[in-house]
Amino acid sequence: MLLTLLAIAAVAVVRLRDLFAVVMLAGIYSLITAAIFVVLDAADVAFTEAAVGAGIATVLMLATLALTGRWEAKPRHRPLLPLIVVTITGAALIWGTTDMPHFADPAAPIHQHVAPRYIEEGPKEVGVPNMVTAILASYRGYDTLGEVIVIFTAGVGVLSLLGLRRRRSSAADASPSTPPTTSEEPPR
Amino acid sequence: MAALGLYNYWIVIFLMMAGFYVVIAQGNLVKKIVGINVLQTSVFLLYISMGKVQGGTAPIVVAGATSYSNPLPHVLILTAIVVGIATTALGLALAIRIKEAYGTVEEDEIHAQDESL
Repeated sequence: MLLTLLAIAAVAVVRLRDLFAVVMLAGIYSLITAAIFVVLDAADVAFTEAAVGAGIATVLMLATLALTGRWEAKPRHRPLLPLIVVTITGAALIWGTTDMPHFADPAAPIHQHVAPRYIEEGPKEVGVPNMVTAILASYRGYDTLGEVIVIFTAGVGVLSLLGLRRRRSSAADASPSTPPTTSEEPPR
Repeated sequence: MAALGLYNYWIVIFLMMAGFYVVIAQGNLVKKIVGINVLQTSVFLLYISMGKVQGGTAPIVVAGATSYSNPLPHVLILTAIVVGIATTALGLALAIRIKEAYGTVEEDEIHAQDESL
């Protein structure tokens, strides 16, 4: 089953110290997640996860690895305390799931409110057969606007972290007469 | 099937804890970011699992479909994926910057350098 495969990939990510392999496994992990999303009827999310999670994130991490080095240092202390914390948190969460409605239960509370309205009226009101698109662009348009602002802020942050340094070091290297090189497209 | 009705959620919790463990127990900053990504993806999986309806199809209007899966979690997670890549990019940029300032991305060595100042 795909979910079990996902768990195996996660364990490998935790245990490996070769960061190149870790990043590649993270890409595989994202791709498996995208496959699961298709099975769970979320086609749009699967597209996005495959393109963004498995594609862009992997490229960004590989680019970072090229600058920071491939191997992780050996751990210096036994990870006993984190292990205990994680086990307790996990046990509490699993205890919490016993109150949840079972998987794919049509009577679950999440399907009773708001969503039926979108499913019944959405195609009529917006005129787009894909309900996800209709909600994303119309009913929750402000969410999407906020998302764009977040991306813009992150882009500015990445630029100011990496772009300024590049200008300073190139200004130090180059002769004073040459103008500072314009920074290239920020990794986004 | 009733016994496995919560299987999805248990896997999600396992993945969540795997990511959480990487974040709190391991010292390499790039690996921590991978851990955050694993944790994040597990939350996506939790939402999409909740949106599934037995016998439903993908929420796109087609003739003959009787019930659709819940489109609302899909929308929320689409937004979350894009915001997630933005935070990942910012985190990686910070890691690169730390590597330049300290010459390492291992937490222990960064602490050692800070204390020796």
